[in-house]
Amino acid sequence: MNERNVDVLIIGAGPAGLAAAISARESGIESLLVLEREKESGGILRQCIHNGFGLHRFKEELTGPEYAQRDIDKAAELEIDIECSTTVLTVSSDHTVTCVSASKGLQIIHAKAIVLAMGCRERPRGALCTPGTRCAGIYSAGTAQRFVNLEGFMPGKRVVILGSGDIGLIMARRMTLQGAKVLACVEIMPYSSGLNRNIVQCLHDYDIPLYLSHTVIDIKGKERLEGVTVAKVDEKRNPIPGTEIEFDCDTLLLSCGLIPENELSLSAGVELSPATSGAVVNESFETSVPGIFACGNVLHVHDLVDHVSNESFKAGAAAAAYVRNEQLAAPMITVKDGNGVRGTVPQLIRSDTDKPVDLMFRPSAVFRNSAAVVECGEKELIRKKAMIFTPGEMALVTIKPEMLKELPADSITVRIE
Amino acid sequence: MEQTITCINCPVGCRMTVTLSEQGAFISVTGNTCPRGAKYAQQECTLPERMITAVIPVTGRETPISVKTASPVPKKLIYDIMNELSSVRISAPVTIGQVILQDVLHTGVDIIATRNLA
Repeated sequence: MNERNVDVLIIGAGPAGLAAAISARESGIESLLVLEREKESGGILRQCIHNGFGLHRFKEELTGPEYAQRDIDKAAELEIDIECSTTVLTVSSDHTVTCVSASKGLQIIHAKAIVLAMGCRERPRGALCTPGTRCAGIYSAGTAQRFVNLEGFMPGKRVVILGSGDIGLIMARRMTLQGAKVLACVEIMPYSSGLNRNIVQCLHDYDIPLYLSHTVIDIKGKERLEGVTVAKVDEKRNPIPGTEIEFDCDTLLLSCGLIPENELSLSAGVELSPATSGAVVNESFETSVPGIFACGNVLHVHDLVDHVSNESFKAGAAAAAYVRNEQLAAPMITVKDGNGVRGTVPQLIRSDTDKPVDLMFRPSAVFRNSAAVVECGEKELIRKKAMIFTPGEMALVTIKPEMLKELPADSITVRIE
Repeated sequence: MEQTITCINCPVGCRMTVTLSEQGAFISVTGNTCPRGAKYAQQECTLPERMITAVIPVTGRETPISVKTASPVPKKLIYDIMNELSSVRISAPVTIGQVILQDVLHTGVDIIATRNLA
């Protein structure tokens, strides 16, 4: 059996893994390996052929494959070793990773530091408790995107989309342009979690109706999907009798949220946060297992790949610092979610950090003309006003290292006022 | 003549009302909260443009290649351009930025590849 040692091992060669690898190499790590399950690196960007990526990082609007290629080219220039078609089976708390590939068989790799960058998965039908039959023609929006954009198949002709996440909206346009009829986009919440831009350019442009506060209450069809029943829901999200609308369709796409893919993190004993479904990390993106780091969508679901890259550059540099034994030792400050805030990352900050720390969180509802406040007991550290906070857009406030000196308590709270 | 549109520049999503002349010329906009909104409203109501992205089959390959318009094209041409693209076939190798179709429908805009294929 093939057994070897590396300094930094990165799991996943999507935007997070690529950025972490580039940053680790630029921080001086020679012995570096990236493992990727797919046959090419680039991750989910490979199938996101629409444009709009990279506005923050590159100041231009790229398509997904173009954004990924910039990092792939950089990784090649830095001679970073990426092993594709390789599936990681387990990660243990002592930093031993087992993986398999057709070309090398079973491998055991011992790493000084590990960066988890496995990304996320779509919430599947089973998790939505949709009623009705188990017929063919029901796909997650991302699966349909993969079929259309990477494999060249159309999954159906008459489509209803449940959920108004960005992937669902993007697929409404994509299916329409490819000749399908998209009958409706159905959202159980009174607002869409997708970007305005996507609602306008993917739904309005093609006269696709968006039914807010509606959901699918029945799915019909024996072999293949034949139709769905949609109904309005009340404030408690229960269907209202008498509001049913029938749609004659052969395809139902589900765009109902993303969940970090943490099976490997759990095998390593990494503590997960119930709010993000990702690891609990400190300001260096180190998890509860020393020397194991997490970044990108496996840590918390992002809206913008630019933020994924930015976070992952920091995680890669932190993994390099761990290998060099440059660890901070000061006590941890706990970061808590306050009113209107969910899933703040990082959850812990070492008080002697010398770098600014971005606190990233998701507003729990839509707030207009309000402020994000960071406070420690009675002491207000930051107040950042905004015209709007919405659950569809991750919010960010930056703490400067000097703000963390001489705090009156060992925890800080982020809230929306 | 009045037209109502949603701004796409930021998450606020201002609902704006644009007043146009009989000939469709821009006169004024209300409901915007910033200058970017006004600019978008004028563009969107007089000459709306969109980037188009699609995939094109590659001869002898399982995987299609992704392409885009090199710059935004008039929104009203979206379906015509998609139709034009439906008959295009190319051969590997392809590199990012390579022109796949020149001056699509006389718009002056090329269709270019957005990924590499060896």
